[in-house]
This record gives sequence, C-alpha cells and structure tokens, in this order.
Amino acid sequence: MARVLMFGVLQDLAGWRTREIDTTSLSALTDLLMTEDAVLGERLSRPGVFAVVNQTMVRTDVILAPDDEVAFVPPVSGG
Amino acid sequence: MVRLEDTPIDPGALLAEFVRNRGDAGAVVNFTGLTRDATSGQPVSRLTLDAYPGWTEKVMAELEAETRARFDVIDVLAVHRWGVVEVGQPIVFVAVAAVHRRSAFEAADFLMDQLKTHAPFWKKEDGPDGSRWIEARPEDHADAARWIQPE
Repeated sequence: MARVLMFGVLQDLAGWRTREIDTTSLSALTDLLMTEDAVLGERLSRPGVFAVVNQTMVRTDVILAPDDEVAFVPPVSGG
Repeated sequence: MVRLEDTPIDPGALLAEFVRNRGDAGAVVNFTGLTRDATSGQPVSRLTLDAYPGWTEKVMAELEAETRARFDVIDVLAVHRWGVVEVGQPIVFVAVAAVHRRSAFEAADFLMDQLKTHAPFWKKEDGPDGSRWIEARPEDHADAARWIQPE
C-alpha cells in the first residue's frame, strides 16, 4: 500500500489528506484517482500539478513499492 | 540554515540572533514578509499556509545552497511559517550576511524570488466572500526569471 498525500487545493477537492492505496505505479495510481473522482482528476491533469515520490519530484511514470510515499502538489506560492 | 515554524515568528529576535558575534561580516540584509489585509482589492481576514514537512525543508535547503553557491555570502537564514497566519503577522524572514553589502542585498533578493516560486507552500486566503487558494503571481515568476543566466 502506497501512502498517498494531497496538498493545497487538491486536499480540499479530494476531501482527504492521506490515504493508503494499493497500487503498482504512479500512472496506475493517477488513473485510479481520476476514475474515482472526476473533479479531482481534472485538477490532477492540469499543468503545474506534480507528483512527489519519496520527497523527490517526478515527471515520468515510476514503479511504486508498498512503502512508497506519493504526494500530489499544485503550483506553489511561498514567501 | 532554513526553518519551518508552525508558531508565530519574531523578526526582531531572529535578526538580533543573526547579527550577534558576527565580526566576519560587514553587511547583514534582512527581509520580512507579512500577511496583507487584501489581495487584488479583495479583503483578507487570515491566511493559511499548507506545507509538506520534510519535503518543504528539503527544497528550502536546496534554495539556500543555490544562494550560497551563487553569491559571495557568509551566512544565510530563512525562516518560513506554515499554518494559520493572521493579518499583519510575519510569513517569512530571510537574512544574509556578507563581507560587503552588494552581495548581501542581491542574495536576499534572489532567495526571496526563489522561495516565492519554488518553495513548497500553498496559500489559502479567508475573506468575507469565502476562501480561495492563491498561486504565485506572474510578477513573482518575472522576478525569479531575472536571475536566469544566459547559456
């Protein structure tokens, strides 16, 4: 089970911050989330929304191990 | 050094500590960002900053390292709030020490531009019309682009 986290507006849309989800890859996880929730899915597919796997930003599909942590992050705004 | 704080920060105390026993530096530049009471004419009653503890500090430390590599500085401190920040309260404090002022000014300016556009924070403003998530403005990205060096 991968530990999945949502930040910012994605957390509000999803209605949850953290979930344990049984998945094998980032693309499979994203497909599952888009199927479950079309509104969240549309936002996840927007430019500027990225996945962070084990605290490293990824821009391609990756295989996920059971203990991996996957965060979905919208565009940032610090300072 | 970078720090993520979930309680109010005191820029005066942070600056006093930063300049203490600093015989090596001839210049310290500091910046404090505050929560405004309005954005683009829309009233703001409070700001909530979401962060990703662990990754947020990791990216902030990378931005600090980039600042140190790029400018001739002696020390760098960046302290960033997360959680609920009331209007008028500090969100971010940056201080840079250098032998001479020019590199201290430039490094602080650079680090703030990077924090605005790269540090993992997400801002939600509450106002009389409800809540809204806000992103870095085009001006913030234009500011950060000033530092891109030609190939």
